[in-house]
Amino acid sequence: MTDQIEPDVILEEPEAVSQMVRAKRKRGAGIFEVFMDNKLAIVGAVLIVLIVLFCFVGPIFYHSNQISSNLSIANTSPGHGHPLGTDNVGYDELGRLMSGGQSSIEIGFAAALLAGVFGVLWGAVSGYFGGFVDTIMMRIVDALLSIPVLFVLLLMAAIVHVNQLNLTLAVAFFAWLVPARLIRGETLTLRTREYIQAVKGMGGGAGRSIFLHIVPNAIGTIVVNITFQVADAILALAALGYLGFGIPPPAANWGSMLSQGVTYLYAGEWWLIYPVGILIVLTVISLNFIGDALRDAFDVRLQGR
Amino acid sequence: MTRFLVKRIGQSVVVVILVSIAIFTLLHLLPGGAARAELGVRASRSSIHAFNVANGYNRPFLDQYWFYVDRLIHGNLGYSYKLNEPVSTLLSMDLPKSAYLSGLALLITIIVAIPLGIYQAVRRNKPDDYALTGFSFIGYSMPTFWLGLLLIAFFSVFLKWLPPSAPQTPTVSGSITDPKAMILPVLTLTIVGVASFSRYMRSSAIENLAQDYIRTARAKGVTKAGVLFRHMLRNAVLPIVTLLGLSVPALLSGNLITESVFNYPGVGLLFWTSTQTRDYPVLLALTLVVAVFTVIGNLVADIGYGIIDRRVRLS
Repeated sequence: MTDQIEPDVILEEPEAVSQMVRAKRKRGAGIFEVFMDNKLAIVGAVLIVLIVLFCFVGPIFYHSNQISSNLSIANTSPGHGHPLGTDNVGYDELGRLMSGGQSSIEIGFAAALLAGVFGVLWGAVSGYFGGFVDTIMMRIVDALLSIPVLFVLLLMAAIVHVNQLNLTLAVAFFAWLVPARLIRGETLTLRTREYIQAVKGMGGGAGRSIFLHIVPNAIGTIVVNITFQVADAILALAALGYLGFGIPPPAANWGSMLSQGVTYLYAGEWWLIYPVGILIVLTVISLNFIGDALRDAFDVRLQGR
Repeated sequence: MTRFLVKRIGQSVVVVILVSIAIFTLLHLLPGGAARAELGVRASRSSIHAFNVANGYNRPFLDQYWFYVDRLIHGNLGYSYKLNEPVSTLLSMDLPKSAYLSGLALLITIIVAIPLGIYQAVRRNKPDDYALTGFSFIGYSMPTFWLGLLLIAFFSVFLKWLPPSAPQTPTVSGSITDPKAMILPVLTLTIVGVASFSRYMRSSAIENLAQDYIRTARAKGVTKAGVLFRHMLRNAVLPIVTLLGLSVPALLSGNLITESVFNYPGVGLLFWTSTQTRDYPVLLALTLVVAVFTVIGNLVADIGYGIIDRRVRLS
């Protein structure tokens, strides 16, 4: 319904798609085994590896000029020398896909990791200390969650000069909120366990409890969440690029490639539109498959019982 | 019940205050300050100084914040110098159109998703459940602008059945009287919505079907359909209520991406054109309005949930 739905804590995550497409979980199956059992996860993992290879290793084998434009060959359909044709200023489209993919994937992973680390710390501290500290920290999270993400991203893009670092920071600025909430919930649960009480009893401080005990035990939730965050970040970057606020030219950027290609929709220049779109969708879907399978693999409820 | 209400409303008020502080701070981060934003890059120093004095920008930070809140409470959301209208007028023109688009899509989404989710729960793990879940998965993984583009490419360019852009009218009556042009934008939003809502509905229905009260009802002789629609439905729609509350901000903020793909003149498109013209008063006022509506939407969802499910109130 919205361009981005954030389920409240009350909403439980729907049953993982992956639970349907794998064989019955074997007793004592470890996380890796369950993951490998899941056909969709393997498809997703293979796809994402292929896409990363395409974007980063591709340019080594396939050389194209991404710096100087050449208007005389602009808008040519796929043919000799240009397997996917050229765009409206003469850049080779296939090379542009690789280049755009590099920045999308780099920013997506960097933002998700940054947001994950910060969010986990925030949530763990908030959950561990509880009381007033917890209330204030979570109110801040609620307040920032209420602000429409796309609006503020656009606002920030309008104010500051857009480059890779700024985009990473901007996307991470909203991405940390969800892991913070999740890890706070986990911390509240883990806080009551005996081994945390034991750490306190032996004189261990908050830092020791949080870093050596709580975070490692919540690693399942963290990993799943970071995977989904990468998918969301890549989507958000594509959306920003589509709306004209991605990294400026001549740098390539899947979203802006798509929006430029759309102006030629009625002219029938399909090579400017479909390859980009399909690539974006494949990247996001493969990451979603992997995240879904990881969630299934880490799901304590189902472990062999 | 009152304790729950008071606590929840109190939390929301705190959140709204924090949001207003955040937006107000953003206003001050603008390059050159609000004066440059409203008067433009070429304004002379003296006019900027006059603007600052007149609007209190040379006062201490806290005073400024107080004036800002004061203006907001009196309904003054700012003035757009680029469009030469007060922001509240712009909002009153565009909000009904966004609400119409999102509201229509939301209505159709609920009508489709609830039976679909129940059907999937009943036919759990059979081939048609797999197929429908597969479609759901693709539906919510797909970026909205890509889905919109595919629909335009198929229905407008290839089949030539439907127009590629939405009705371009200043008032909402124009949108209501042009249903053919509304089909594609509504369809885009509905597909994404159904993909998401039906997952939650299916999950909730499956959980409820395993409950004892269903078994009791069947044992008492209630028919399969009766069990589903008279007993289970009421309990299973709770997640949908929460999702509805969370969808309220979208009703009013407009679905920015969909509106820009179909060029539908709602709040979302207003926001986008304002970013292109760097119309900061509009941008900040809209962000604040949508944030406040999000808080209200969450509050309504929580209260609704508390009314329906007593256990939540006691926690």
